Amino acid sequence: MPKGKDTALMSWKEVPFGCYILEPGNSVKFKTGDWRSFRPVLDKEKCIKCGQCYIMCPEPAYEADEEGYYIVDLTYCKGCGICANICPKGAITMVVEEV
Amino acid sequence: MLKELAKFKGFSAKNLPKEEPFAPGHRACQGCGEVLALRLALKALGMNVIAVSATGCMEIISSPFPYTSWRVPWIHIAFENAAAVASGVESALKALKRKGRFPKNRRVDVVVFAGDGGTADIGLQALSGALERGHDFVYICLDNEAYMNTGVQRSSCTPYGAMTTTSPPGEKSFGQMTWKKNVPAIAAAHGIPYVATATPAFFLDLMNKVKKAALVDGPAYVHIFAPCPTGWGTKGEESIMLAKLAVETRIFPLYEVIEGKYYITRKITKPKPVEEYLKRQRRFRHLAEEQIRAIQQRVDAEYERLLKLAECL
Ligand code: SF4
Ligand code: SF4
Repeated sequence: MPKGKDTALMSWKEVPFGCYILEPGNSVKFKTGDWRSFRPVLDKEKCIKCGQCYIMCPEPAYEADEEGYYIVDLTYCKGCGICANICPKGAITMVVEEV
Repeated sequence: MLKELAKFKGFSAKNLPKEEPFAPGHRACQGCGEVLALRLALKALGMNVIAVSATGCMEIISSPFPYTSWRVPWIHIAFENAAAVASGVESALKALKRKGRFPKNRRVDVVVFAGDGGTADIGLQALSGALERGHDFVYICLDNEAYMNTGVQRSSCTPYGAMTTTSPPGEKSFGQMTWKKNVPAIAAAHGIPYVATATPAFFLDLMNKVKKAALVDGPAYVHIFAPCPTGWGTKGEESIMLAKLAVETRIFPLYEVIEGKYYITRKITKPKPVEEYLKRQRRFRHLAEEQIRAIQQRVDAEYERLLKLAECL
């Protein structure tokens, strides 16, 4: 660490009054995807587009594409495996994340 | 039936709201059932809400400075006074409307999110006060059955027999020695218009109940059962399955109390044995035959009681 350089997020002079956070939902900048050790992989052949995976995702990391398939956003997916567990068609498999 | 609810058609899998008032990038554990419950509740309420959070997991994981996962106005306060602060917010809104400084017809819902500790233990007094004064707000208790963010200490909502760091099983103890406090019954005893129980496993049911709670005039209370893989010693991917099992074994029955009248929203005619639910969790692993039997008896008796309430009122 260079001497005399402050490594804090900001100096106390810049902290907003009351520690308010003025940008709604800015946690989207925090990429929780790197927590993941398993990744969900979708088999479109089996999927019936019921949306269970989308509604049961705690992040939320799923979004529908133009064709109506629900696609996971790996920037946020923590790899919990709920989607694979609840999919009625067994269309999602969790595979080990490679480094 | 309440007149405020007459027009409400309910959500269906086809007409789910698109907006996500709760943003991704929050730091809840993998497979957290509580944050899912929070996301679904906010999805049902929409963007016109002011949220008040007591201290707890959901506050910590959603707002590590300088980030926030809330896309709606949100205030964090101490463990004990979430309901008191919500009362203040609601009164302030009323005053602003009266003075013409806020559009009279604009609907804004005031909602509290608190954990079981912040509701059943530390915040109970403030909750009771707010319910009794009749503020128009929604109180949502996200019940993961212990103080999880501080390291799994027991609360009065921790179920009988569960292992926590302050109710450890051993030679002289089998874990938590008391039965779970019935907070929905306490809330209903205030004579408020709407009380309900829900779980994220039945997401439409949860969203409908939360929306109804917001639509009624006056206080409403929703108790949401939320699996916590970290504190329960369960697999993250099984959170939804466990929440479902809790309903199917009658451990956590789903019902509504509308103006004092009980309605069971999901009747369980062929219950599964409680053991099926208990054996999947590390916190119940040490339980002996005899305690499991005690739990089964209690669950059956409680369900009987609930059935009676739903019938004869
Ligand atoms: S839960 Fe399964 S079948 Fe349903 S949309 Fe998701 S992947 Fe497709
Ligand atoms: S400790 Fe439990 S309730 Fe808290 S964020 Fe983790 S899984 Fe959710």
